[in-house]
Amino acid sequence: MFYREAGDFKTTYVDDGQTFPIKFDRFRYYIVLAVAFGIIPFLINDYWANAVFLPFLIYAIAAIGLNILVGYCGQVSLGTGGFMAVGAYACYKLMTAFPDVSMFIHVILAGGITAAVGVLFGLPSLRIKGFYLAVATLAAQFFLVWLFNRVSWFYNYSASGQISAPERTVAGVAITGPEAPAWAAYLFCLVFVTASAIIARNLTRGAMGRKWMAIRDMDIAAEIIGVNPLTAKLSAFAVSSFFVGIAGALFFAVYLGAVEVGEVFGIQKSFLVLFMVIIGGLGSIFGSFAGAAFLVLLPVLLKNVLVGQMGWATDLAAHFEFMIVGGLIVLFLIAEPHGLAQLWRVTKEKLRLWPFPH
Amino acid sequence: MKTKLAMATLAAMVAAAPAMAELTFTALSYRTGPYAANGIPFADGYEDYFTLLNERDGGIGGEPIRLVECETGYNTEKGVECYESTKGEGALVYQPLSTGITYQLIPKATADGIPVHSMGYGRTSAKNGEVFQYIFNYPANYWDGASVAIKHLLDVNGGDLSGKKIALVYHNSAYGKEPIRTLEVLAEKHGYELTLLPVDHPGQEQKSQWLQIRRDRPDHVIMWGWGVMNQVAIQEAVNIRFPMENFIGIWWSGSENDVLPAGDGADGYKALTFHNLGSDYPLFDDIQTHVVDKGLAAGAGDQIGTVLYNRGLYAAMLAAEAARTAQEIHGVSAITAEQMRDGMENLVMTEEKMAALGLPNFGPEFSVSCQNHGGDGYAAVAQWDADAGEFTLITDYMQSDQDVILPLVAEDSAAYAQEAGITPGCK
Repeated sequence: MFYREAGDFKTTYVDDGQTFPIKFDRFRYYIVLAVAFGIIPFLINDYWANAVFLPFLIYAIAAIGLNILVGYCGQVSLGTGGFMAVGAYACYKLMTAFPDVSMFIHVILAGGITAAVGVLFGLPSLRIKGFYLAVATLAAQFFLVWLFNRVSWFYNYSASGQISAPERTVAGVAITGPEAPAWAAYLFCLVFVTASAIIARNLTRGAMGRKWMAIRDMDIAAEIIGVNPLTAKLSAFAVSSFFVGIAGALFFAVYLGAVEVGEVFGIQKSFLVLFMVIIGGLGSIFGSFAGAAFLVLLPVLLKNVLVGQMGWATDLAAHFEFMIVGGLIVLFLIAEPHGLAQLWRVTKEKLRLWPFPH
Repeated sequence: MKTKLAMATLAAMVAAAPAMAELTFTALSYRTGPYAANGIPFADGYEDYFTLLNERDGGIGGEPIRLVECETGYNTEKGVECYESTKGEGALVYQPLSTGITYQLIPKATADGIPVHSMGYGRTSAKNGEVFQYIFNYPANYWDGASVAIKHLLDVNGGDLSGKKIALVYHNSAYGKEPIRTLEVLAEKHGYELTLLPVDHPGQEQKSQWLQIRRDRPDHVIMWGWGVMNQVAIQEAVNIRFPMENFIGIWWSGSENDVLPAGDGADGYKALTFHNLGSDYPLFDDIQTHVVDKGLAAGAGDQIGTVLYNRGLYAAMLAAEAARTAQEIHGVSAITAEQMRDGMENLVMTEEKMAALGLPNFGPEFSVSCQNHGGDGYAAVAQWDADAGEFTLITDYMQSDQDVILPLVAEDSAAYAQEAGITPGCK
């Protein structure tokens, strides 16, 4: 019904190996892109940008990054908040040191710096595994937050230790700062999300991704068949931290505008992104989006429904929000331990055959 | 996900339906999260005062008040959401009650032309109204607080602090770091030795800091804490038998929630305040008649007369008076955010005004001007009496050391103006 696959033949290897081999999926992907790039920027206002789209897009990048490390390479990391902080502070230092350079370059460089830091903290992964590695990355989290709080060079010696994003532009349009139009901030993040997703998708299905997955599934076997654990693990840390760093830079510069490291990039941020990855689905790019949407959009939606429409007291609504989101997490994980992405995969299998499953 | 988005659209559109001919005030409150114990009484006081005005006077200048509450949980991201969602409803002034959210709103609110009143918190140098045109922090700010604390210590020590050791226990965040620069400058002036002891959010773990205090034996401890950090610090001070009368907290570290858990041991603990305490004012009778008896009290209604309730009340009173001032200046009753700003900038609080409101002698007299958005920096010291279960003022309102504060404000605001590309000037 939805999927009409009759006559959809592939005659070349390139066709056969594309990301969306099913025609219907491919068209849907194009439509999503067209709406995101062509329609939303014209309709978006400050509320939609700052409360809905920016957090969703930025968390999606962070989740893609962490998914590469945890979902594809099997290295548990609790340092996401710290790495996002590296991205944010790198971006801040670059923005203030080189005010005339385009924001695109700042954000990408911030990602690069985070990748280097990530590799550094990824070194212990060569010796330790599983929970022990989680503890080691936890150390990274606390160390990085402490560092940015402690060394005043990182926040340009401001009295309060806060960093705030000055106005910076891309091609003459303000992207950061209070005067930045909603559509510009949105499009800027959207470009990064799209690029991240495409890069991540193609990395994970190429030789590099296969190496990561081999390490994840059984590192000794992977070594025997010729996967170098040093390069595989460190490249996973580098790529993952690169995306997480970009997310941190955008989070600070475009979304929040002013950041205090302990509050914004604390341990709870690491957990939040990890939950996105787990709920969305380990080892799935779509899962990263689904997880980010679930944990970012659902609370906003609930708040609007409970307080805005039903007129509940704000504290009652906030408590219910916790209970509903928590309950749904438990429910989803019982119904489908492999996350929302797997739920979607199963649904799709059914839909492809529906209405004639036999 | 698309249906979710569609539903969210619908919800947001319904939520953002504009309401005309009302004065919209917003309360970015936090009744949940790690700082809820302090957020609830403040929010209750803020809300009750506006309810009282609506019930008793029919609003301000004949315009009914609509209070939009939004739960931030002291979380910056939720604060952004709250700001964006309430901005569209015609909010006149923001009171974020969080230094982190205030820092975020400073550029945003300035761009949107909505004033922010960070009463006794936020960015101290916002006192300079020529740079921070939309940000107000009267009647006192953190640097005033630091200076008044030192002044009180000078009084206690017969006017001489040279050679004394003073430790600052502070929340390791923008909020807690605020007083450091002032205390350092004052240390040079008065010759005391300053030790800095940061406590990380949320502040439940302070063993090492208090161990250090026990070892170093500072003569006085000053605290910049909030939420659970206060309770833990006071308990730890009791545990190491630190003399309570030598322990002074900033105004955010001096509510009943903070001292009650430590029981009798907390007796004698001091805290600063910039408004009076207790419920022995004519206004509270009106609150009883028009709000509580009608069953309109905010929250559980059990916070009336507590320190933070009074502070919320005071904040609401200042906002209402600023709105009244704005109505007088512009001659219209339905004021806009821009006019509200003018009202705030021309606000004059006198003893007669406060007495007429039923709050005689409730706070210091001050006036706001374009150059000075921060009031005159008066604060008093309160002391906890564990037997009576209340804070009582033990000093008069003292003015902070303006010779020290004003140059610091000028320096910091100039740095901000340069960073943000602002040309200082009056509107």
